[in-house]
Amino acid sequence: MDKRHLEENVFKTLMVAATLITVSALGFIMFTVFIKGLPALSLDMITKTPQGGYYIGKEGGILNAILGSIEIGIGATALALAVSLPVVFYLHIYRKKRSIFSKAVRFFLDVLWGVPSIVYGAFGFTAMMFLGLRASLAAGIFTVALLIMPIMARSIDEAMRMIPFELNESCLALGSTRWEMATRVISRQALPGILTAVLISFGRGIGDAASVLFTAGFTDSLPSSLFKPAATLPLAIFFQLGTPFPEVRQRGYASALVLTVLILVISILARLLSKKFVRNIVK
Amino acid sequence: MEHRTHISTKNLNVFYGRQVILNNISIDIPNKNITAIIGPSGCGKTTLLKSFNRLLELQEGISVTGQVLVDGEDINDPKVEVTRLRKKMGLLFQRPQILPMSIYDNVAYGLRVHGIKDKKTLSEAVRHYLMEATLWDEVKDRLYKSAAKLSIGQQQRLCLARGLAVEPEVILGDEPTSALDPISAERIERKLLELKSKYTIVLVTHILRQAKRLADYVVFLYMGNLVEHGPAKEFFENPKDHKTRAYINGQFIEEPAP
Repeated sequence: MDKRHLEENVFKTLMVAATLITVSALGFIMFTVFIKGLPALSLDMITKTPQGGYYIGKEGGILNAILGSIEIGIGATALALAVSLPVVFYLHIYRKKRSIFSKAVRFFLDVLWGVPSIVYGAFGFTAMMFLGLRASLAAGIFTVALLIMPIMARSIDEAMRMIPFELNESCLALGSTRWEMATRVISRQALPGILTAVLISFGRGIGDAASVLFTAGFTDSLPSSLFKPAATLPLAIFFQLGTPFPEVRQRGYASALVLTVLILVISILARLLSKKFVRNIVK
Repeated sequence: MEHRTHISTKNLNVFYGRQVILNNISIDIPNKNITAIIGPSGCGKTTLLKSFNRLLELQEGISVTGQVLVDGEDINDPKVEVTRLRKKMGLLFQRPQILPMSIYDNVAYGLRVHGIKDKKTLSEAVRHYLMEATLWDEVKDRLYKSAAKLSIGQQQRLCLARGLAVEPEVILGDEPTSALDPISAERIERKLLELKSKYTIVLVTHILRQAKRLADYVVFLYMGNLVEHGPAKEFFENPKDHKTRAYINGQFIEEPAP
């Protein structure tokens, strides 16, 4: 074998190895969570709230955290979407691609994307103090929405960049206004991209611990009001893994399993849902 | 009305940044004829075409001076309603650009945008314009299926139907056959010849033979300059400018020695 082919084979092998490592990382995580969490997973875990002494190994479950996380995840995603969509549509419908304004907005979003979630948590906490609010479900939703908004906006933005410019021209050439073009045509073409963006953001939001630590707080009761504290799965995992009792730590892994499965189920559902919408998409 | 020119330009200049793309173009496009805009790549053909319905303003860094008159109205006047202007002109692209919806909705889109809601009127119009674009027989059983499933030749005819449905007076074509197979291309050409009795047609093409087959009037651009324009017969048989002569004979265009 000559040197050129040797070189090609060496680098190809490296690429395959890197791919395997990436894929097996997911495998290992799932494996660990399943092995350690499955034995502790019971019906009680997902249908009951923590009873007295739950954190030293007695009765109860994490329904409070499951519901709290779902509520925060959905609320924050909806809120972030309500802000991201207008931002991205404004850039794509009314602004030219390379205008200084668009570049500046994208830069700000990228910077926001990079801000660590604990900083969002601290900011949310400061804002709460300023407004005289206590840790609550609503504060958690707002803070997580802030955290995932740049992720969602930039993901939708990237999806909309893939839309051929001629599609805009076609609509306008027929005498549409830009608004008609956006609502009746571009939104359809962008729908799968928007769904993916929503999904990524939801996954990011529901799994974040630092942003809800001070803002949503934690409670053993079910999240019943926007103005009372709410428990979340990441924090439930954190508290349980931090105890000295092996059986409680195992429940921590079971909680991690619940969170992972939750995200998995929503991913699959959204994929199936988006299949329904892509049939008209122009390739 | 019949004799008034739909489209004319007076001292039209287009710049991209500081670069001149079109230099002082003044022409009248004859009504109910096919006008071909020809010239080598990058000479400004598409720019000229897109200046007629102000699609040019979507491009970055473009500035326009001079006038484009459509039905006697300066279209760059801020008072002009651009949607009304564009409704007057159907546009075909190099590659057909269908909308992400069903075949029916593709044709109905323009009508709905312009306020037609009645189902019966819409269905009638869809049928009529799909027939006009000779696509009806191929799609009548799958009107509500995605337009993305059509072949590229069918898509271009769908785009024609969609453009005709808003009842334009002008059809603009930017090399509308260049992405099509020879048979689909021929169908489009035949259709355009049929349509010229009802519409003013302006075609950008880099295929000289196509210009000879279709055009009644020819505009020849070279490096942003209007070199020669005139009735097709005269243009091809007796070109006045040496650049035109060279171009239609397939020779290199050489600037005369200073």
